[in-house]
Amino acid sequence: MRKTLIAATFAVVLAGCSSQQAPAPQNASDAGFESKLQEQLLDAKPGTVIDIPAGHYHLTRGLSLRTDGVTIKGAGKDQTVLSFKGQVVGPEGLLVNANDFTIENLTIEDTKGDALKINHGKNITIHGVRTQWTGGSQTSNGPYGIYPVKTQNVLIEDSEAIGASDSGIYVGQSNNVIVRNNRAEQNVAGIEIENTVNADVYGNTATNNSGGILVFNMPDLLMEGSGTRVFKNQVIANNHDNFAANGSAVASVPAGSGVVVNSNPKVEIFDNDIADNKTANIIVSSFYSTNYASKTGVAAGYDPYPKGIFIYGNRLKGGGDSPSGLDFKTLKIAMFGIGGHFPDVLWDGYSDPKFTDKTLPPQDRICIQDVSGVVDADGPDGYKHPNTDMKPFQCTIDKLPAVTLNPEPKL
Amino acid sequence: MVKSAKHAAAPLVSLLLALLLAGCQRGMPPVAFHADGRPTKLSDWHVLESSDGKLELNAGVVPYDLNTRLFTDYVHKLRTVWMPKGVSAKYDAKNTFDFPVGTIISKTFYYPRAADGKYSDVARTQDYSGDFAGQGLRLASVHLVETRLLVRRKEGWTPFVYVWNAQQTEANLVRTGDVQALTLVDAQGQREDFNYVVPDEGQCVNCHEADMIGRSILPIGPKARHLNRDYDYGSGRENQLEHLVGVGYLMDMPKLADVPKAANWRDPSASLDARARAYLDINCAMCHNPNGEASVTGFSLGPDVPEDHHLGICKSPEAAGPATGGRLFDIVPGKPDESIIMNRIGSTRPGVMMPEIGRSTVDREGEALIRAWILSLKGNCDIVH
Repeated sequence: MRKTLIAATFAVVLAGCSSQQAPAPQNASDAGFESKLQEQLLDAKPGTVIDIPAGHYHLTRGLSLRTDGVTIKGAGKDQTVLSFKGQVVGPEGLLVNANDFTIENLTIEDTKGDALKINHGKNITIHGVRTQWTGGSQTSNGPYGIYPVKTQNVLIEDSEAIGASDSGIYVGQSNNVIVRNNRAEQNVAGIEIENTVNADVYGNTATNNSGGILVFNMPDLLMEGSGTRVFKNQVIANNHDNFAANGSAVASVPAGSGVVVNSNPKVEIFDNDIADNKTANIIVSSFYSTNYASKTGVAAGYDPYPKGIFIYGNRLKGGGDSPSGLDFKTLKIAMFGIGGHFPDVLWDGYSDPKFTDKTLPPQDRICIQDVSGVVDADGPDGYKHPNTDMKPFQCTIDKLPAVTLNPEPKL
Repeated sequence: MVKSAKHAAAPLVSLLLALLLAGCQRGMPPVAFHADGRPTKLSDWHVLESSDGKLELNAGVVPYDLNTRLFTDYVHKLRTVWMPKGVSAKYDAKNTFDFPVGTIISKTFYYPRAADGKYSDVARTQDYSGDFAGQGLRLASVHLVETRLLVRRKEGWTPFVYVWNAQQTEANLVRTGDVQALTLVDAQGQREDFNYVVPDEGQCVNCHEADMIGRSILPIGPKARHLNRDYDYGSGRENQLEHLVGVGYLMDMPKLADVPKAANWRDPSASLDARARAYLDINCAMCHNPNGEASVTGFSLGPDVPEDHHLGICKSPEAAGPATGGRLFDIVPGKPDESIIMNRIGSTRPGVMMPEIGRSTVDREGEALIRAWILSLKGNCDIVH
């Protein structure tokens, strides 16, 4: 009933402004919906709530919002679906540059580029949103599903990200972030925290990605990250082929990775269920194990080594039995035989040459407890002299404080 | 100093202007600055008017051009600026001039028609020399697509997009964009069908909010380095900046010799480096600057960016995803086919192409310029393993 009325209204609106040719395969109802939603976004004022009723809508143009204090609400992620399958103008589904932004209860699917990108903004709440590429895991899918970048005070919860060709949920260059109770599957990286300061990642399920949960620091960006806690997550069987395009950072993540820390300081990994990730349940690695480690050098001040990593109290099971990549395959067979498996943690073996074991400040060590073992893969010497000595990792580090959102999101 | 000279000269200039423009005003009402609201017709502003087979500029509407222009599917652009009496823009050596409230900047997107004269067939040419746009476009030989306005209101710059009707008599406000199927025809008769995309208001901001932190909308072209060139005003050629000072639209300009100048990317007498950097500046730096939309990538393309990882040299991508084309670094010296930037400027797929919006075709000549420039760069990006 309601839909019929909307369609009729739009037909009238369209009659007045149709252009001579309309190459996109979009019916009048969808076109009317699209221009109405665009106008609502353009005309929004602080405090505006844009309600999108249930329906499966086909859009051709990326949407954008620049006004502070706006809420976008669907009728539920199964009920309100914005499909960008016929997208002509892009690249994002929705691009937001605003503070005090809330989006909830809808799905954004099949965008050419990122599905939901929030670029610069504080107090961002993403609740009950699904981003999905419906054709399955393909290299041509958009890179990121849910993508806040350069944001502060961010909550992503009860959401789902499926099929991103880079990361399903990706938080970049942000500050004070909670990612909780989400589900990520069939992405290259399920959840990725990159160059971000103070993030709590908990209660999430990451399964059937190439890598489950990643905490990375990339070089040459304007901000470096530190302080991420990964806890109470289910990181299970992230063994999907890595379908990222070569050259993207996650292309160097071996398929079958559970939790991966790369070049990021102060990361605490505890109380998770991590199981059946075929390369390794946990990987700790440096910039030098990535595909982008050029000899040309990186920005001064970038620290390529993971420091202050504390892994304890996780429930770990299986995994490490069929690693990806020639180096790791060879290493696994050489150390543990064809039927063997890596222990729970794989470390690439790169450490800061400025320090010997004795001079490394205690808070900068890699401390690992409650695991079946650690492989020091000896990346620096071409994986020739790996070892499984646990002793260097027997230590503790002060625990990180919990992230508190201020202000608390209002839902 | 300049300001007082301007005021002294104002009556004389007005008289001169009136004489110069008398032939083409034909009683057009004065330019109307609307301090609020959204006029639904371009003619409501009285900046440009389609009449008697010509698109005419009103009195006081000054045409200008840029040394190097943003590529938009080979469309040609007629740019104009108008200001109320008694106010002027303030010169800046680097940034967009500080324009007074009341300023109206217009940009009309038009194609020279292709030889066969079919309405949707438009010429693929980078040659503007036959247009004489500033003296009024002859409608028999062009296809007007859209006219965009940036209006300096009290609260800031406001964008408007007007799409021309098929009769070319009026352009109507379109807030949510438009797509028109056109065909580019080159001098040899080769044809390329494409979708000309008229931006929606949100997309205007994507490019014109060059500072995401300050979050203000600004014109991109009216900067000293882009405007520092001659223009044929019909009454003779003159440096545009000096002309703007002369009509009272610009103050505090230093000696012309001290004004920066971007290269014309098609000027064979300019260095390859200067031409390429001018092209990257106008086509990319509105987003690729330290406060812009693309600041998240750490990859800047403004004129003063040092030739190292800040300029993308051996820099890994941040958020390119499939747009890398399988390549590791933004720019690899000497190796255009290993540089992500070439994959992006050579693509027309949303999500891969750069700029992200504003074109549906590849700028073949621009692509060739950037290829030649990367080939000329020295160094390498050997990886650690």
